[in-house]
Amino acid sequence: MKQRKKEQAYEFTHRHLLGLADYSKEDILYVLEQATYFREILDRPVPKVPTLRDKTIVNLFYENSTRTRLSFELAQKRMGADVVNFSAGSSSVKKGETLKDTIRNISSMKIDMVVVRHESPGVPYFLTRVVDAAIINAGDGAHEHPTQALLDIFTMRQVHPELEGKNIAIIGDISHSRVVRSNIMGLKKLGANVTVCGPRTFMPVSIKELGVEVSDNLDETLSWCDIAMALRIQLERQGGGVELFPSIREYHEKFGIKMHHLEAYPDFTVMHPGPINRGVEMESEVADSERSIILNQVTNGVAVRMAVLYLLSGGTRI
Amino acid sequence: MSHTPDLLIKNVKLISQKHKGNSENDVRIRKGKIAEIGKNLEAGGSEKVHDAKGSWLSPGWMDMHVHFREPGYEHKETIETGCRAAAFGGFTEVACMPNTNPPIHTRDVVEYIKNKSKPLPVEVHPIGCVSKERAGKSIAEMADMKDGGAVAFSDDGDPVYDSELMRVALEYSSMLNMPIINHEEDLKLSRPGHMHEGKVSTRLGLEGTPGIAEEVMIARDILLAEFTGGHIHVAHISTAKAVELVRRAKADGIKVTTEVCTHHFDLTDEEIDRRHFDTNCKMHPPLRTQEDVDAMIEGLADGTIDVICTDHAPHAIEEKEVEFIYAPNGIIGLETAWSISVRRLLKSGKMDLQAILKKLVDNPRTILNLDVPELKEGAAANLTLFNTDEKWVFGESHVKSKSKNSPYLGAEMIGRAEAIYNKGQFVVNEL
Repeated sequence: MKQRKKEQAYEFTHRHLLGLADYSKEDILYVLEQATYFREILDRPVPKVPTLRDKTIVNLFYENSTRTRLSFELAQKRMGADVVNFSAGSSSVKKGETLKDTIRNISSMKIDMVVVRHESPGVPYFLTRVVDAAIINAGDGAHEHPTQALLDIFTMRQVHPELEGKNIAIIGDISHSRVVRSNIMGLKKLGANVTVCGPRTFMPVSIKELGVEVSDNLDETLSWCDIAMALRIQLERQGGGVELFPSIREYHEKFGIKMHHLEAYPDFTVMHPGPINRGVEMESEVADSERSIILNQVTNGVAVRMAVLYLLSGGTRI
Repeated sequence: MSHTPDLLIKNVKLISQKHKGNSENDVRIRKGKIAEIGKNLEAGGSEKVHDAKGSWLSPGWMDMHVHFREPGYEHKETIETGCRAAAFGGFTEVACMPNTNPPIHTRDVVEYIKNKSKPLPVEVHPIGCVSKERAGKSIAEMADMKDGGAVAFSDDGDPVYDSELMRVALEYSSMLNMPIINHEEDLKLSRPGHMHEGKVSTRLGLEGTPGIAEEVMIARDILLAEFTGGHIHVAHISTAKAVELVRRAKADGIKVTTEVCTHHFDLTDEEIDRRHFDTNCKMHPPLRTQEDVDAMIEGLADGTIDVICTDHAPHAIEEKEVEFIYAPNGIIGLETAWSISVRRLLKSGKMDLQAILKKLVDNPRTILNLDVPELKEGAAANLTLFNTDEKWVFGESHVKSKSKNSPYLGAEMIGRAEAIYNKGQFVVNEL
């Protein structure tokens, strides 16, 4: 009874998903609740619903992406949407056409939604200013990757249904990660405690202002946390300047999750947004252990994206 | 722009370092000179009468840091459109930076700019390059450029990054009694930053340019100025620590001067978040923090910062309406400089009118060894007529620049430059 009353009072009013900074706790919980229905659908013999049958969606990927693009595409196809993929290996600037012109041309073909991945923070906001379509951020530079955070949180809640007061550690390159920013936004709104752990050169200035603790001690962090999410280390050079850590070997020694950690600290669960560098962020055995829920993240990703697509297409309930 | 050599400005308050503007006067201008200052002057036959009751008349203002883009980038700005923007902002003189194409690195380019601005009411003083081709390798023909009319040397847009080049430039320019203006940036420390590195850049995931990238370079230049006896002018200062460095260097008697852009004592990096990555909030140096903004105002008030400037940097719409990290740095500023100064410095009670005008009239010219215009009979009429109370909203029709890249479009303004008089021309700004 009580829950029903709450549902009536709440109304999902967002037109876009640009970042979790713009979504309230209620919004996040509502999306996740919708995602549970879609998650069930995915387990059916015919995992399809025709809810986006009359919708046309463009996946606008200015950066390489395998799993995010596949996950969105699968979500769209399972909902019966018409899907167009636009992949630009190089930026619009290099191609000679501005992003504004590209998106306006595409939207002239009558598009309902745009899923966008771009190396520049803020591009999803830019799109809302130049086209009349629902915009979903599939990663903008090191800014936000809201559907990734939503699927991470969805997966965490399968282990810990109530995240309030739970301890979440995010380990790795915090500076260059869009995943971490969206996760911090979302997790703090749900009342979780967040510690970011890694070498000091991977920590953005003022990171504490986002409401997190900072650690450079992996053992302390792992003994404290309920969930440890390791981030991909970019093996290629960071930025254009000096390397931010001396070697992969030293990184793995100091910040890689190893089997002995699983034995020493029996309570934490292992996550990774992928793709994993085995032997860098964690030992291979850790990724494949029972304590890892990495593949659950991938499956849940499709359900969460279905929920987001559904809600932003104008649906309010299934 | 009307050509009216003979003019009678009525009922105006005169203000300069010698005039406090306690009473209203009339000012008669004949053949481009101040012919008479007095009360209740009668208009002569051909004189146009301009009633300026309630307004102020000061020596003409100067912005010593603008980019007029000509030659080479005329789609952004030309000397003519830049001068229109300057006139609307109340400026009778500007000094333009040499990052044109070709750069202002030889006397012929200096003279090209001087010639282009000759018929215009605004005087344009070219700043020559420190280095040939503005390439940062070896010094340009500074003495020849000085003879052609250059007033200072700078590689602005880029720093003089090579320390030995800076040493040689300071030594050579000190022989000419000319300042070196440096865009203070350690290019390695600044990373490919797109905004100030701080809590907002952390939140937005934009690579940041830390204040230290500016401060390290200023510290180097102060030491080199002391070592060589040359004059370093720190371009567009923007951090609290940088102001402190200049303050200490001045106390030590080192020949260092500096300037601040109007946006740097007005806006903070929060603006980029609030406006969702609006590229009209992207410039270099970037918008910093509130602490830095406060330090700019303090530095202006205590004399550490000598000059108010704009770093007027026009870019075409299609260049600015792109992804944030691809957008070029810079905003236009001539049209809005006075209102920002009135709001942040005068109305806040931090500075009085004379102190503000010193940064717009006297100091830039002193730094560049130019004559400071005077309000006296017989002097050339180089004047700005303005008020400090008129409320208006800055709209596209007020943009006289060829480009419209301003974060102030739609903003409420207070105080306005009503007209300028210079080179025998009277330009009245209509709202």
